[in-house]
Amino acid sequence: MILDIGFETMPREDLEAIILRRLKATIDRVYANVAFYRKKFEENNLTPNDIQSLEDLKRIPFTVKEDLRDNYPFGMFAVPMDNVVRIHASSGTTGKPTVVGYTARDVNTWAELMARSLAAGGATREDIIHNAYGYGLFTGGLGIHYGAEKLGASVIPVSGGNTKRQIVIMKDFGPTILTATPSYALHLSEVAEDMGVSFEDFKFKFGIFGAEPWSENMREEIERKLNLVAVDIYGLSEVIGPGVAIECHEGKQGLHIFEDHFIPEIINPATGEVLPYGETGELVFTTITKEAFPVIRYRTRDITSLNPEPCICGRTHIRMNKVSGRTDDMLIIRGVNVFPSQIESVLMEMEEVEPHYQLIVDREDKLDTLTVLLEVGERLFSDEVRHLQERERKIAKNIKDYLGVSAKVKLVEPKAIARSEGKAVRVIDNREI
Amino acid sequence: MQAEQISVFLENKAGRLAEVTGILSEANVNIRALAVADTSDFGVLRLIVDDNIKAVKALKTRGFTVGRTDVVAVEVEDRPGGLHRLLDMFNKAEINVEYMYAFVRHSGENAVMIFRFDNIDEAVRVLEENKVKVINGSKVYTL
Ligand SMILES: [Zn+2]
Repeated sequence: MILDIGFETMPREDLEAIILRRLKATIDRVYANVAFYRKKFEENNLTPNDIQSLEDLKRIPFTVKEDLRDNYPFGMFAVPMDNVVRIHASSGTTGKPTVVGYTARDVNTWAELMARSLAAGGATREDIIHNAYGYGLFTGGLGIHYGAEKLGASVIPVSGGNTKRQIVIMKDFGPTILTATPSYALHLSEVAEDMGVSFEDFKFKFGIFGAEPWSENMREEIERKLNLVAVDIYGLSEVIGPGVAIECHEGKQGLHIFEDHFIPEIINPATGEVLPYGETGELVFTTITKEAFPVIRYRTRDITSLNPEPCICGRTHIRMNKVSGRTDDMLIIRGVNVFPSQIESVLMEMEEVEPHYQLIVDREDKLDTLTVLLEVGERLFSDEVRHLQERERKIAKNIKDYLGVSAKVKLVEPKAIARSEGKAVRVIDNREI
Repeated sequence: MQAEQISVFLENKAGRLAEVTGILSEANVNIRALAVADTSDFGVLRLIVDDNIKAVKALKTRGFTVGRTDVVAVEVEDRPGGLHRLLDMFNKAEINVEYMYAFVRHSGENAVMIFRFDNIDEAVRVLEENKVKVINGSKVYTL
């Protein structure tokens, strides 16, 4: 269902006029209210008057995560604190977290975009939404929650963790929409299986999964094990939270970016050059309606490409392809750039492989080594050692052929790789660089 | 004519085999024959037990990957050359033995070997042709 026909299916020409008008207003506001942006403009001999077309956006320097940390906690806010009604923060794995703020209007915008997203993912006001995203400083839980209420659906704010109780709630409350990280969705199916409960007995129709990159193969696995249609949702707290882009359940081929609120660009992460549609690079966002925490050309570190082709659902907003990795996940192994997502694709191409793997990078005698731990499920298993060794060799060969890097494949028992209730730990880098 | 063997994937770590025998013991499953094939990293444990359904369920519940394979239990004459006669027979018939292991029996009785063939139907045919005693599946579990 398209919730906001007016904006979501607006002819491109009209949409672009609105985007430009909103961009200019945003530039005026950040120049006037955020010292960081004014300084950047001045350093590059720019004034807001220089931004007269969407093309001109390229003249403005990028904003990076480090800039947000340097202005910790509230230095990037564009409104006085008495207009800020909500604060979220991302868990920084290194150093300070990044802090974002919302005005009352921002909270409403976010709820509307999340309501649009849930509708695109198959939800209606009749649905019961089992929201297993974490509630708290993380934007996932509350973002989905406000959108679900805005849509008029019933939301169960179950949050993450206490998985066995979640299975009981699914059985007793009969939710029809599941929202969670994809790795937690798989964890739910495993726990259900351990409890002797089948997702076939639940009422789920659609699942809306995001907050971490996941592959097409993982989608197939989730759809099979959870007996629902799985769509991808994208967002990050620096831009607004979940609800920046959503896959329509009709197309399931890329995520529509809500362009009436966010301008996407794809750049070469090494040079900063803007890349044409279809080329893969780092996704960059400019927000054009946010009041408290606008970002200009913010580098997301997510790797994807943009697809301007019309979609069967009727939305005119551009689509981004599934995020295939992170610029900062990129491993350089013996000089070869490797994204964990590429290894996942190689593994998932082999029918018998389950998506439970972990990459371990070590340095032995000044040489990088890559070990792929892979759990042996029933499809991979054989009673003959020779066959298992052949499979190890075949996977190593495929990795070498596709990625140009040598890997040792090590088969491990099921559940040998630690499952996190939230995001999956796919890489352990033991190198001391 | 065939018996069913269960196999279990094990990492080559101390205590894994004991973990499996412990689980089977708790489940009141009797191990009739057992063999391990391993590499430096992992091993495959092959078992003939008295109750496959109970054994598989107990092991899966505890998170092990378990497979089931048809094998053939053959009585080997208790005299010099008994085993050789069988292997020679398979060789001549071009039947590939993937692996084999011995079955524990009381002393004085003929030995029983478990054979895993790539082509089990052909192997059984050759055994019958040569009047070798193949032990029935249901009988194997309770020998
Ligand atoms: Zn669409």
